[in-house]
Amino acid sequence: MAHSTHEIPSTEERFEFKSETKRNLIIAALIGVVMVAIGSFLLSKGWSIGVWESHGGEHAAAGHEVAGHAEHGGEHGATLFARIIANIWMNSVYFLGISVVGAFFIAYNYIAKAGWSSSIKRVAEAMPSFVIVPGVILIILMALPSTRHIVMHWTHDGIMDPASEHYDKIIAGKAWYLNLPFYFVRLIAYVTVWYLGWKAIRKYSLLEDEMGGLENYYKGRNASKLFMVFFAVTASTSAWDLSMVIDTHWFSTMFGWYHLASWHVAGLATMMLTILLLKDQGYLKIVNESHLHDLGKFIFGFSVFWTYVWFSQYLLIFYANLPEETIYFRERFTGFQGRYWWPFHISLVLNFFFPFLILMARNSKRRPTFLKLGSVSVIIGHWFDFYQMHMPGIAKDQGGIGIIEWGTTLTFASLFIYFVANELSKANLYPKNHPFLEESMHHDI
Amino acid sequence: MADSKYLVGVFDDGDELLHAVEDIRHQGVKIHEAYTPFAIHGLDKALGYSFPRMGVAAFLFGITGTLCALLLTFWTMGVDWPINVGGKNFFPFPTNIPIVFELTVLLAAFGMSFTFFFMEDLGPTSKPIIFDVRSTDDKFVVAIDLAKNKLSETEISKLLKESGASEVNVKEV
Repeated sequence: MAHSTHEIPSTEERFEFKSETKRNLIIAALIGVVMVAIGSFLLSKGWSIGVWESHGGEHAAAGHEVAGHAEHGGEHGATLFARIIANIWMNSVYFLGISVVGAFFIAYNYIAKAGWSSSIKRVAEAMPSFVIVPGVILIILMALPSTRHIVMHWTHDGIMDPASEHYDKIIAGKAWYLNLPFYFVRLIAYVTVWYLGWKAIRKYSLLEDEMGGLENYYKGRNASKLFMVFFAVTASTSAWDLSMVIDTHWFSTMFGWYHLASWHVAGLATMMLTILLLKDQGYLKIVNESHLHDLGKFIFGFSVFWTYVWFSQYLLIFYANLPEETIYFRERFTGFQGRYWWPFHISLVLNFFFPFLILMARNSKRRPTFLKLGSVSVIIGHWFDFYQMHMPGIAKDQGGIGIIEWGTTLTFASLFIYFVANELSKANLYPKNHPFLEESMHHDI
Repeated sequence: MADSKYLVGVFDDGDELLHAVEDIRHQGVKIHEAYTPFAIHGLDKALGYSFPRMGVAAFLFGITGTLCALLLTFWTMGVDWPINVGGKNFFPFPTNIPIVFELTVLLAAFGMSFTFFFMEDLGPTSKPIIFDVRSTDDKFVVAIDLAKNKLSETEISKLLKESGASEVNVKEV
């Protein structure tokens, strides 16, 4: 009945981050590290527990599969170490994206003056606190020459020097953009400006809790606008810098969108899962099924958007059929004994078909069970998406999915949850003086 | 529709109409339809409308489009007049996706629109009944078909007045 107003729960609610949970998360993170160690040890002995993993003997035969890399072959045949570095790089990029999408979400909702989202704003606000961890890891991996060479083909000595035997004309042509000083400026700028932009938005939001009034809302909105201008450009450039340049010869004009879409929908799914888990524990009573429905529509819409962008990129390359472009998909289909075929296709199923079918109906977007299924599918699916973006270029014929992958992901996920939960516990779960909170409480669609 | 007699309750405020609709439906009065200058939140629920099954129609029209497009591309490109394009297969799946997508969307959109026009009697020949012309301006109108109600005209009129109608008119169509 329309005139029976919802019962308004209290806006005072605080998330308690229990010390027991803290301990468990830290233990889980350590278990992840141990798993990586065990997995590496087993693999170095030639034992494989994971799937699509190579056994020691096949290593030599893999080299000729991909013609594009044959010119520089031998110099950087992939090793087990490369696989570990690839895992760290890939998870860093993935979790960096999930984290920063929290700030992105708040920024566009502020700019659009959206009211409905203000009751779930604190969840999004807590996520970017993790930006700093993968950010620093990425900077360290780039700063150390040994790991940098594994990840980034273009950083090899002499590759841009015409006199050198490793000279590569195509890569040398990109030297104005792909040089270490400029790369570091960009990488550090992404991490710091994203982090500081979030800090500013967060600061005004917390001040608003104390002071009330509209002043901090306007300041938060201005901070959002500035963040958005920066993020609009860096979302694309970071996609090139963190993922596309791994396959240095190859480029795609769709890649920035594709990468951002991947980050965005994974971030939204993480947000949804966090909200549902908080609700399961009795928090976030203001969030009703209309909020879930709206966020569910976001996830549904952006998983379709991801597919659209992914397919546009694929179709253009498929149509044109230029060897320098198709090599990217060749590596993922048949390259390296076809070991990336499964991750590539699993990513499509988990990111498009499954969430598309399960979240299509209105009622399923209002039911926590379906939303959880959809969110988990998207989160795992985009893990596979980043896996197939990074692994063929870094781990090459050493790729696989085994204990190392599970361990690295476990560590990153535990740390992410730790940071987000920690940040959530620092403030009230609702922005209690937010001008749109009242509107959000009565959200009904 | 000839010789139907309607009782038309006119309200000055959307909220009043909403509550009146709830009240008189609670008294067992069947409402023909409510007319308002703008959408009123919750009125569909108050009138007892079930959630529209337009989504099902959309899905059926959409899947028809998908199948038609697949058949079209398969027949033309794969069977009837195969053309060698850059050495690809005669029926390469990715090339069909744009046309499959377009026809799915096209049939779903047209199908939904025409279903809506048909169901709501909005065809070019249909003549809508205007119960009160002010319902497009500042009045909120509820129409009750007397033939479909057990209560008498005076009783319903009294109920409408009690629940806040500023005037109650009779309209014969």
